[in-house]
Amino acid sequence: MSLTLDNTFTQLENFGHSLRAPSYCFHPTRAEEIFEVFCLAKQVDLTVAVRGAGRSYNDASLNGGGIVLDMSAMDQILEWDPTSGLVRCEPGVTLKQLWQCVEPDGWWPPVVSGTMNTTLGGCLAANIHGKNNFQRGTIGENVLEFTAMLPTGESITCTPDTNADLFYAMISGLGMLGVFTSITLQMKRIHSGLIAVDAWPVPNLSWHLRGLLEQAPHYDYIVGWLDTTTGGKNLGRGQIHAARNLKEGEDPDAHRTMQLTYQHLPDRLFGVMPKSLLHYFMSPFMNNAGVWGINTAKYIASLRKHTFRQSHAEFHFLLDYVPSWELSFGRGGLIQYQSFLPKETAEEAWREMIQLSHQRGLPSYLGVTKRHRPDKFLLTHALDGFSLAMDFKVTKNKRGELSQLLQDFDRIVLQAGGRFYFAKNSETSAEAARAFLGEEALVKFKKLKQRCDPNNLLESDLFRRVFGQTV
Amino acid sequence: MENNLPDLPKPASSSRTLATPLYPRRRGIIIGASEGLGAALARRLAREGYTLALLARRKELLDALCAEINQASNEQRARAYAHDVTEYDKVPNLLLRIVADLGGLDLVVFVAGVNYPPGGIDKYNFENDRRMVETNLIGAMAWLSPVAAMFQSAKAGQIVGIGSVAGDRGRVGNPGNNTSKAGLATYLEALRNRLTRHGVNVLTVKPGFVETKMLKAAQGPTPFAVSPAKAAEDIWKAMHKRKQVIYTASIWRWIMLAIQHTPSVIFRRLTF
Repeated sequence: MSLTLDNTFTQLENFGHSLRAPSYCFHPTRAEEIFEVFCLAKQVDLTVAVRGAGRSYNDASLNGGGIVLDMSAMDQILEWDPTSGLVRCEPGVTLKQLWQCVEPDGWWPPVVSGTMNTTLGGCLAANIHGKNNFQRGTIGENVLEFTAMLPTGESITCTPDTNADLFYAMISGLGMLGVFTSITLQMKRIHSGLIAVDAWPVPNLSWHLRGLLEQAPHYDYIVGWLDTTTGGKNLGRGQIHAARNLKEGEDPDAHRTMQLTYQHLPDRLFGVMPKSLLHYFMSPFMNNAGVWGINTAKYIASLRKHTFRQSHAEFHFLLDYVPSWELSFGRGGLIQYQSFLPKETAEEAWREMIQLSHQRGLPSYLGVTKRHRPDKFLLTHALDGFSLAMDFKVTKNKRGELSQLLQDFDRIVLQAGGRFYFAKNSETSAEAARAFLGEEALVKFKKLKQRCDPNNLLESDLFRRVFGQTV
Repeated sequence: MENNLPDLPKPASSSRTLATPLYPRRRGIIIGASEGLGAALARRLAREGYTLALLARRKELLDALCAEINQASNEQRARAYAHDVTEYDKVPNLLLRIVADLGGLDLVVFVAGVNYPPGGIDKYNFENDRRMVETNLIGAMAWLSPVAAMFQSAKAGQIVGIGSVAGDRGRVGNPGNNTSKAGLATYLEALRNRLTRHGVNVLTVKPGFVETKMLKAAQGPTPFAVSPAKAAEDIWKAMHKRKQVIYTASIWRWIMLAIQHTPSVIFRRLTF
């Protein structure tokens, strides 16, 4: 055995810098090396978790004291066909690499996350959604085929028709059944480097959700910003951004706007200040009063209803506007709590949750809403309704109270028939997961786990938290 | 605040203590935790929320201590591992196992130590000297060198070594013990010089007299003796501030300064 654990011990973190889990980290470049790591893990009796870019807010890519397969070195785009829009990638390819490859040819990834730094393997494992979830579904629905290495050493190819059970389980499967080794995706045609955006304010939660529900069918993308710091009759106020792709001919300057240089996010503010320094200036405002001020100012600024065009990159990758913005949350870092609720119960549940957070003096600092549709994936988070993602600052003195608040949130969400998303929430308990996934899905997942990973080699901190130590 | 802490979700089959952003565990190993200073440190660190692996030869003492700590914190914060530090070959595998059980590693405290005074300034006992060096010094090296390698590559971590004021000067009373503790202090200093640049803190603790069983073996007066709990408190404070060397009780810093600077021409004539 050539592989050893020497010099592999690495301090890994979640995206919000709120959790640290040192582990033995490997960076395979070929599928065979993944299998070598499995062999080593078996020999030293350790578990293996798979990590992409480490952009999940929780413990999805952490395995404290165990082995972590960091897939970021498998980052080759293997095939790209600009006529059909089919692309085959290794799992460590980031969305940034992908869109920069396909965009100049007139294509765009069908589903993207709010940051372009995620890897495709990670996107599939969490089955990410974008602002177009109600239109295009999750990323899994746009996957034509993938190959994966199982802990048994078997390489398996899955499509929606062959090995369909594994196709629908490994996408959304949190890397707990096998490791993606190549992924084939269908890109989406675009006819301009620009996207047409409408922005309008919504005065309260009722208007907010009605706006998402009624306007979504008229657009390709829709996303709401929700002022989580305001209560009373203005509770749930915010701004909705809805966008549609331009049709052929709508952009007379399409040739120029589709060039990569046009799609670039400025790295300086006002052309002078490097954005990488911005988070230092943000951190003094990251407290209840400061965030209330920011949210109020933002709402006032959003009162003007307006329409504009912006580049795809600018519209989609809001989280990349301020590099390392998560550092502005200070030493304790941040966590995100995202709940998915049926359209019938969402308003009441979120009203209760936001009020509760105000009562406890623990307002969320940022709220983002989206519109969703259900899908067929085994551990899915989506449903016919909405999601609300709330960012919370973690401080040493309020950890216990925040934990209590989130447990109360879980109760409200479950009572309202809601679901959770495994790439986001970090405090979902095994009981809560069981309650929303249902016994049937869990049994099915356990059976597949036994088949693909009979020695229980694949385990992450998330997996132990949500499914118990062994399924 | 503490009373407000909700019960943690505990999956039935999970023996590992969960870590989440709202319960971000620090994980530590205490080698030599069955009684005295080690046990007091275990209690102190558990109160700070550490998840601990407690090591010593006598499993029954460890089990009792773990039960006490786990009951007080109402969750599994401490677990016991029977181990003799002179079984050097067993260290790498045990370390691997413990790190997996704890879910990571942030701290290693080496407390284990034996003291066999020769019983007079004209008595010599090689067997006892060897046992002291094997436990106090080589035992520490067996543990701390793989730990240092891990912390260096992780660029994080904290190492605490319990030396002694006995290591500050070779005295007539107990050459073997002086040597083992001086060797340990030098070894820890060397680790500190290697690891500080990698973000790892190495703390050398030099207790004077601590009211433990070992104290009863000491001959003569035992001034400024402190309770194990007090010593543990001092050590925790120093750890928290990421200090490099501390004495406990702190007055020993000045006493040892004087002793270290006593000219040999005088010192070698003393019976101290």
